[in-house]
Amino acid sequence: MTISDERSTEVSGPVSGHPHEARRLSWTQRPGLLSQNIITAIVFAIIGYTIGHWFGNYLASGYSYIANSGQNSIADTLALAFGVVGWLGGIGALNYPFAKLFGVDGLEEESPVDNWTKYFRYTLDHKVVGLQYVVGVLLFMFTGGLLAMAIRTELLNPTTHVFSPDTYIKIVSEHGTVMMMMATSIIVGPLGNYFVPLMIGSRRMAFPRIEALSFWIFTAGYMVIFSALPYGGFPTGWTGYAPLQTQSGPGMVSYLLGFAVIGTGMILAGFNQAVTIINYRAPGMTWGRVPVFVWSILATASLLTLATPVLFAGGLFGLLDKTVQTAFYVDEHGGSSYLWQNLFWFFGHPEVYIMALPGFGIAGELLPVFCRRPLFAYKVSSAGMIGVALLSFFVWQHHLFQSGINPDMRPLFMLTTELISIPTGFIYLVGLGTLYRAKIRFEIPMLFVLALFFNFLIGGVTGVFLSDVPVNVTVHGGFFVLSHFHYTIMGGLLFAFMAGIYYWMPKMTGKMMNKKIGKWHFWLMFVFFNLTFFPMFIIGLLGQPRRVFTYATNLQGLNDFSSVSAFILGFSFLVFFFNLVYSLWLKPEVAPANPWESLGLEWQTATPIPSYNFERIPVIMTDPYRYSEDGAPAYADLGTSGAPDTTTPTMA
Amino acid sequence: MSNQSTNSTGQVHHLRRMTVAWVILSVIGDVLFSIFVAPHVPPGRLTETAAKDQTDFNVLFEMAIPVLFGVWIYLGYSLVVWGDKRNKDAAFSGDAARHNTTTIVSWMAVTTVTVLFLAGFGTYALVVDHGSGGGQGPNPAFAPSGALKAETAALVGKATWAPGSKNVLPVQVIGQQWKFTYRYPTFGGFESSQLVLPADTTIAFNVTSLDVIHSFWAYQLGVKADANPQVNDVAFTTTKDPGNFIVRCSELCGIWHGAMYDSGQVESQSSFETWATTTEAANAANTALLPAFAWTYVPSANGAGGGYYPNTQDPFSKVEVYGSGTKSAA
Ligand code: HEM
Ligand SMILES: [Cu+2]
Ligand SMILES: [Cu+2]
Repeated sequence: MTISDERSTEVSGPVSGHPHEARRLSWTQRPGLLSQNIITAIVFAIIGYTIGHWFGNYLASGYSYIANSGQNSIADTLALAFGVVGWLGGIGALNYPFAKLFGVDGLEEESPVDNWTKYFRYTLDHKVVGLQYVVGVLLFMFTGGLLAMAIRTELLNPTTHVFSPDTYIKIVSEHGTVMMMMATSIIVGPLGNYFVPLMIGSRRMAFPRIEALSFWIFTAGYMVIFSALPYGGFPTGWTGYAPLQTQSGPGMVSYLLGFAVIGTGMILAGFNQAVTIINYRAPGMTWGRVPVFVWSILATASLLTLATPVLFAGGLFGLLDKTVQTAFYVDEHGGSSYLWQNLFWFFGHPEVYIMALPGFGIAGELLPVFCRRPLFAYKVSSAGMIGVALLSFFVWQHHLFQSGINPDMRPLFMLTTELISIPTGFIYLVGLGTLYRAKIRFEIPMLFVLALFFNFLIGGVTGVFLSDVPVNVTVHGGFFVLSHFHYTIMGGLLFAFMAGIYYWMPKMTGKMMNKKIGKWHFWLMFVFFNLTFFPMFIIGLLGQPRRVFTYATNLQGLNDFSSVSAFILGFSFLVFFFNLVYSLWLKPEVAPANPWESLGLEWQTATPIPSYNFERIPVIMTDPYRYSEDGAPAYADLGTSGAPDTTTPTMA
Repeated sequence: MSNQSTNSTGQVHHLRRMTVAWVILSVIGDVLFSIFVAPHVPPGRLTETAAKDQTDFNVLFEMAIPVLFGVWIYLGYSLVVWGDKRNKDAAFSGDAARHNTTTIVSWMAVTTVTVLFLAGFGTYALVVDHGSGGGQGPNPAFAPSGALKAETAALVGKATWAPGSKNVLPVQVIGQQWKFTYRYPTFGGFESSQLVLPADTTIAFNVTSLDVIHSFWAYQLGVKADANPQVNDVAFTTTKDPGNFIVRCSELCGIWHGAMYDSGQVESQSSFETWATTTEAANAANTALLPAFAWTYVPSANGAGGGYYPNTQDPFSKVEVYGSGTKSAA
């Protein structure tokens, strides 16, 4: 191979040890409590919050509109914003920029001490950030899940209420917002950060500091969105429509600022992924040899970078309306509540594909491994993902069919929306084609992938119903939509996340997830997911709007059925958490180097993965997924004699 | 490679089995659906609009059944037949398995044709059914004939509708936190919390809001239109027989959104006429205190007690180009 020549220039560079090891440690780097870690972050965040709050009051409490309303949004906004800056400063995210700014040396944020504390610090290793993200999204998911249980409890009975209408609507709103923001990151954050560099044969992400920053901004955004609850919540749902938005109390500030903060993290993460994938692929990894998971992250990253700025701006305008009395969304003063709807969905529809594409990627990545055959129509699958990403910018008004905005264009948006089914269909062609005459291994990750194809089909087909304007009249704004997007996001993305976790956990931790508990987890989650959400299609058709605390008494049977199933679905997540604890700590079982006999590059390095991933930069020799092909060459030449066996696993 | 022939016959074999199962099950599914489910599909057939929306849903569903069954049968078949336990020594050629132009091209062709058909069908239904009961904004493109005339007359308090006239009846729906009220411009602009409609009549709902965004969902009528402040969102429906229907707010509008519902009646034209004229007379004193009828109402900046002033004078009121682009006499 001619490319092997290129490699000689690539292998230099530190393989072990840390470049800064020799220097005297500044306080930011010292081990233990004195250094910068999550505790300093918390302390700085509290200090920032207090200063911001004081400053806001100092500035604005004299204004008559603030004195009269008894609510100082300026103080609330500044408090949260300074809190975020304090958090970032406390964790050490600002050290490097400031050091460069003022020409000081030795303030680098990464601690050379390689022990468990690195998970609580501003660490630049993409594998650490990936694991930090795993914990972050699970925490996010767990809190959002508790809120979901509260929702289904309230809906057990149409007339007896557990919560006041006020509390209920705030629970619903918080649940939706938390889950949407969690779902945005759930695969790109943990698995994207961890595995993209490994799968493209790179030693790192393009911008390790930006990567760590995106994680710590994500956690800050999580806390800002949660601060809505102590602030009294917000009543607008995750869509935050004005003028209700303009009308609402301080919880709305958390929502708007939370979007702006998390949005910043999303833009950074997307940008970093895109640059990494475009520029850091190993020699020989032409676009035709990039793993489909990486393709899906690239498509997602382009949506993250291009769509999220609109959310950021939209949130900022809302904040300005609330604080300095601009009128972006205030009809009476020349603004428009339609503007928010347009901005929100212009971001919002690409967002829903941000929550779908990584799932397709995992499905495409895992199918060949568990089918023991090549991916069918590899090019079609990457074309499908790119096609979906492009088209997703042209459909946003299908959320506004009955709003009265631009009604003459409804046929156009109906057409563009339905066109998306074509590239989405590619994913099914690839999936079903790969199953053809395969030798399917029913491992836990494979079960989740198969479930994704089952669930997402229902989600996609009902999407076509929604995009048909005459049918949309009945189903818009009701439980039908609710069920549709849970089928795509939870049934698709969350199942894919589970597949990914079960599949890659052995690589991330060196331990196998328990298969028996995994089976319980899968079957409970799959069956009760469907039993929870399928009835909601019928509930919606029978006339129940979304986000209501009461409903027609004849719908109680269906609602109760759905609620009880939801509780068991919630329980299935506890089974998952139990499996994590059991497999990682209680009864760890050491994983073989390549438990699934995968050909993927990420399985070809040692476990635990050396901090520089590959001792020598691998050279990619051929297409991915050449399973069960007689005489197929190895995917990559790792350039080490001691490397794991890279020949095609023989068929068992 | 060596057993190429068994491969290709095997292939035909599998696909043929699946196709047969698919055709049979899809036909059975579609027939069962049309007989047992389709007639009961929401929103029912109380109005022409609802009936057409129902038909649309049913057409989509009958097309969805073969799609769902196709994928399910294929998935089920693969899982049973190609599991690794049963299939220890199945042989396939990796290279052949990774690409098959015929399959790819026909898949793309079928999905494209289906999707284009659906978009065409949906557009056709939307146009012939005057917007299918959905909110069409202040200047509806698919208005039924006579609507512009009726709305223009209504603005100055003139009635074009009378029992037996077949003319359009404008009704205004005003959303506010947390109820709907209805104004009848052709009956002196009285406002009522009851929604009563005449049978066999095309209704033009003019939906607006006094505060946040609501959505007027008259479930059995097949009507849904967002109520935006300062926007006149028009939706049409044509009633048939008398009957009752539910009205729910279907856009989150704050704490009591869940309690924002009521009901309405379609009555015979003569009893509607009686109800309207009686209510007009009974409410006359109140109506005099209301703002003059207008398409939208702006919360007054300085009106004591949160009064509202009408914006009939607004030179930018979009209703001036309603329907045809010509100016109406206001
Ligand atoms: C073939 C694919 C799809 C089609 C045709 C489709 C179509 C639609 C349409 C027309 C709506 C608007 C419904 C309404 O409010 O009246 C909608 C809502 C929604 N869809 Fe999809 N969709 C598809 C796939 C997806 C995917 C992949 C996701 C996410 C992963 C998704 C998530 C959502 C969400 C979150 C909403 C509702 C948002 C809200 O109102 O809060 N959809 N979809
Ligand atoms: Cu959308
Ligand atoms: Cu409402």
